[in-house]
Amino acid sequence: MDNIAGTKSSLTWAVHLSVVALVALWLFPTVGLLVSSFRTADQIATSGWWKSMFPSEQNLTLRTDAPETQAQIDGLYVIEGKLFEEGKDATISVWGISSRAIADFNAGDTAELRKGGTVTVQADGSYRMENAEPFEGSRGSRIFVTAETPPEFTWANYKNVLITGDATDNMTKAFFNTLTVTIPATIIPILIAAFAAYALAWMDFPGRALLIAFIVALLVVPLQLALIPLLRLHLGIGIGKGYLGVWLAHTGFGLPLAIYLLRNYMVGLPRDIIENARVDGATEFQIFTKIILPLSFPALASFAIFQFLWTWNDLLVSLVFLIDATGETTVMTKQIVELLGTRGGNWEILATSAFVSISVPLLVFFAMQKYLVRGLLAGSVK
Amino acid sequence: MAGLTLRDVRKSYGDVQVMHGVDLDIEDGEFVVFVGPSGCGKSTLLRMIAGLEEISDGSVAIGERVVNDVAASKRGVAMVFQTYALYPHMTVYKNMAFGLKQAKTDPAEIKRRVDAAADILQITDYLDRSPRNLSGGQRQRVAIGRAIVRDPDVFLFDEPLSNLDAALRVQTRLEIARLHQRLNTTMIYVTHDQVEAMTLADKIVVLRDGRIEQVGSPIELYERPANAFVAQFIGSPKMNFFETADMPASAAAVLGREIGANDQVGLRPEHLTPADAGSAVIQGKLELVENLGEYALVHLATANGTEFIAKTEKPPVEALGETLSFTIKPELAHYFAKDTDLRA
Repeated sequence: MDNIAGTKSSLTWAVHLSVVALVALWLFPTVGLLVSSFRTADQIATSGWWKSMFPSEQNLTLRTDAPETQAQIDGLYVIEGKLFEEGKDATISVWGISSRAIADFNAGDTAELRKGGTVTVQADGSYRMENAEPFEGSRGSRIFVTAETPPEFTWANYKNVLITGDATDNMTKAFFNTLTVTIPATIIPILIAAFAAYALAWMDFPGRALLIAFIVALLVVPLQLALIPLLRLHLGIGIGKGYLGVWLAHTGFGLPLAIYLLRNYMVGLPRDIIENARVDGATEFQIFTKIILPLSFPALASFAIFQFLWTWNDLLVSLVFLIDATGETTVMTKQIVELLGTRGGNWEILATSAFVSISVPLLVFFAMQKYLVRGLLAGSVK
Repeated sequence: MAGLTLRDVRKSYGDVQVMHGVDLDIEDGEFVVFVGPSGCGKSTLLRMIAGLEEISDGSVAIGERVVNDVAASKRGVAMVFQTYALYPHMTVYKNMAFGLKQAKTDPAEIKRRVDAAADILQITDYLDRSPRNLSGGQRQRVAIGRAIVRDPDVFLFDEPLSNLDAALRVQTRLEIARLHQRLNTTMIYVTHDQVEAMTLADKIVVLRDGRIEQVGSPIELYERPANAFVAQFIGSPKMNFFETADMPASAAAVLGREIGANDQVGLRPEHLTPADAGSAVIQGKLELVENLGEYALVHLATANGTEFIAKTEKPPVEALGETLSFTIKPELAHYFAKDTDLRA
């Protein structure tokens, strides 16, 4: 009686464990990216994103105000101020005046400056420099502090990447370029595939079985094989590199799977319904638009999601068919590759760019996940 | 309204012929039932009339018009499918209006006709629901309603009750009978259930392997089956067949006829009555009794090994293994030639 469907398998724990593992595997980098994209470069450098919710101890190099701000009080030259910018709520534990000894003094201690005079630094970052002689030089003294700073998140990275950043950092243009590639590259193959799938599923014509076999065979053709010949064709017939070329390429590469998925779904629709529509006087085209298309919605949606995700994340096809020397048509994947080169150390920029790039697929996935599952199963399980 | 004329209708798929020349006349307003075992071609024949299957040879005429090359929608037929075939993404109202909309009927007229049909079938309350929220019986009524609104010359039913449970089947059967009385339109109904055939039909067409075995009223088919196949197909439990070796010596005298070597004798279980051994037409060893309260089905086997059933008012008092004798009124016995299976 153990093998009856519906009874609990003894391997349930294995299922649960693998689900947990998969969720963790997916969640860690995603959440890490999201959290990192809201942190400053300093925070990323001193602690991992998982510590971002707690106060962090940072070694900071700060500068007092310049000597020109000094005032004469009771015969002494005094510079007073705060080491931290306004509104920052950090607590200094130890500090120093040399990069070789950054922890010589406790908060509240007074240190002798090498150029003469003393400096006192309080825990809250306020300091007072005193000297009998006037302070000289154009810049303030460096103070090395070890400070406990509260968790802090900032929109600055997003502002930089989306709005203010210069051409190397800015993702906005690449974002809209990617949209320009993705939306037609999703809609065109679906339109073509839906018609083809209906014909292959429900219209009788000689050679239909061969055609289906041919399409299935196309499923296993690696797209790399076609890149160069296709590009030569595009250049030869005058399409060149550009949006039209990349739409056509994505359409071509997406069609075999689209036709295959949709045909399998449509072939499973009840024959009686279609025949009844025929008796009701619907033409072949009306049967397609009024009966088949609405009923195939789950399969259409599921393929649309796939195609959208693929084209959104695509780098190869865009590099070959779209992006030219001007860089006007760069897409986000390409932009991020470039960022890795130019801003390899600026993790906050990279994390933010990456999250901008995955945000749309995430939204699409969560909004339409039920179609993803339903459409995939639809062909196989009734 | 119209009758139908089928002349030498044939159907082949490639080299395989499945309909072997069917001739049939259906009067205007008649309720015709096609019956036969699975694969006999009854559904194919119906679909050829509907225009869903091409006619390989011969002609189908609805009224005076030969419709061989007329599209399904222009034949003036409406079909009710076994699976109801409702459009799942449309409400009941839209389901019923779809055909009329295709025909570009005036919206006010569509509404009038849908409301009228809904009224007949008592589905007015469901018009705004989608089919998935209806029970099987309600769906079946919507499917029938969808046929009614088109005001066809001929209704075609393809096993419309086989997806319903037993109680609902009886009820819907009655509704279809009432509908026929009310509309008085030609109806062609395909079923493998002989109870539906017997109760609904003005005329039953028994098919086997793409050929018509017999056409006639239910009572004709029951009382005078043209061959052994029809005799066994009509009636439940089915007719018992005996050879001369099965019959006791007393049989010839009771039946008033010598049983020859080429004779098959058909005796319906409900016509067999218990009798003395002296007046026995058939004798058998008691093997099994099914007591249904209202009557009992007695399973027996002759000395020759032929199994048969007798339908008796009360279960026999004899123990299993004892021999029972039955007799029959001579006019209720059927004779068929063994070589041709035809009525002798």
